[in-house]
Amino acid sequence: MNGSAPAFVDLLVSALLVLGGVFALVGSWGLVRLPSLMERLHGPTKATTLGLGALLVASVAWFQLAEGVWTTHELLVSVFLFVTAPISANMIAKVHLHRLHNGEAGEGITPAGPVPPPPGNVQWATHEAPHEGTPGDFVGD
Amino acid sequence: MIAYALAFGFAALGVALAMNLWRLFKGPGVADRILALDTMVINVIGLIVLTGIASGSGTAFEAALLLAMVGFVGTVAYAKFLLRGDIIE
Repeated sequence: MNGSAPAFVDLLVSALLVLGGVFALVGSWGLVRLPSLMERLHGPTKATTLGLGALLVASVAWFQLAEGVWTTHELLVSVFLFVTAPISANMIAKVHLHRLHNGEAGEGITPAGPVPPPPGNVQWATHEAPHEGTPGDFVGD
Repeated sequence: MIAYALAFGFAALGVALAMNLWRLFKGPGVADRILALDTMVINVIGLIVLTGIASGSGTAFEAALLLAMVGFVGTVAYAKFLLRGDIIE
C-alpha cells in the first residue's frame, strides 16, 4: 500500500470498501433472520451483487488510481459471479421444493403458506418426468 | 483512511462468516446448509479481495477467481446430488 494516493482516491476506495462490508453483513443477517428458505435465498444475493461488486470495484479503482496498473481479474470475478448466482439460487430452490414434496424433515412451510401449485394440470418440474418434446426428454436414448 | 476501511471490511466479513456458520449448523433443512456454504464462499472471496488490496499484490485475484468457480461447481454438485441421487449422470 502506498501512502501518497490523492485524497479523493482514498475517499472513493474507502467508501466502496465500507459499502461492500455493509452489504456482506446485510446478506448474512438476512440469512440468519429470515423465516424460511425461500425468503432466505434473498439475503445472500445482496452480498453477491452489491457487496462483492463494491469490493471488486474498490480493488480496480485502488490499483488503477493509486498504483497506476490496470487489473481485470476483478471484473472477471464479478462477471462470473453475476452469471452463476441465479443458477445456484435456482438449484437450491429446486432442492427445497423437491424435499418439501417428499416430506423430508427440516424443510419447513413458510409463514406465507405452502408453496403454490404451478398453473395448469402439472407438477413442479423437479417432481415429474420431462414432458415429451422438451429439452429434458431423453426417451429413446 | 483506507486502513480503517480495510479493517472495517475485514471485521464485517468476519462477522458475516460467523452468521453463515450459525445458519450452517442450525439448518434446519439441507437446502439451508447449501445456501450457507454458498454464502460463505462469497464472503471468503470478499476476504481474498480485501487481502489483495491490503498487500498491494495482484496475485490474490487468481485465488478469488478460482474460488468463485470451485464454489459454484460445489453448490451445483450438492444440489444435483440431492435432486438426482447422482452428480454426473
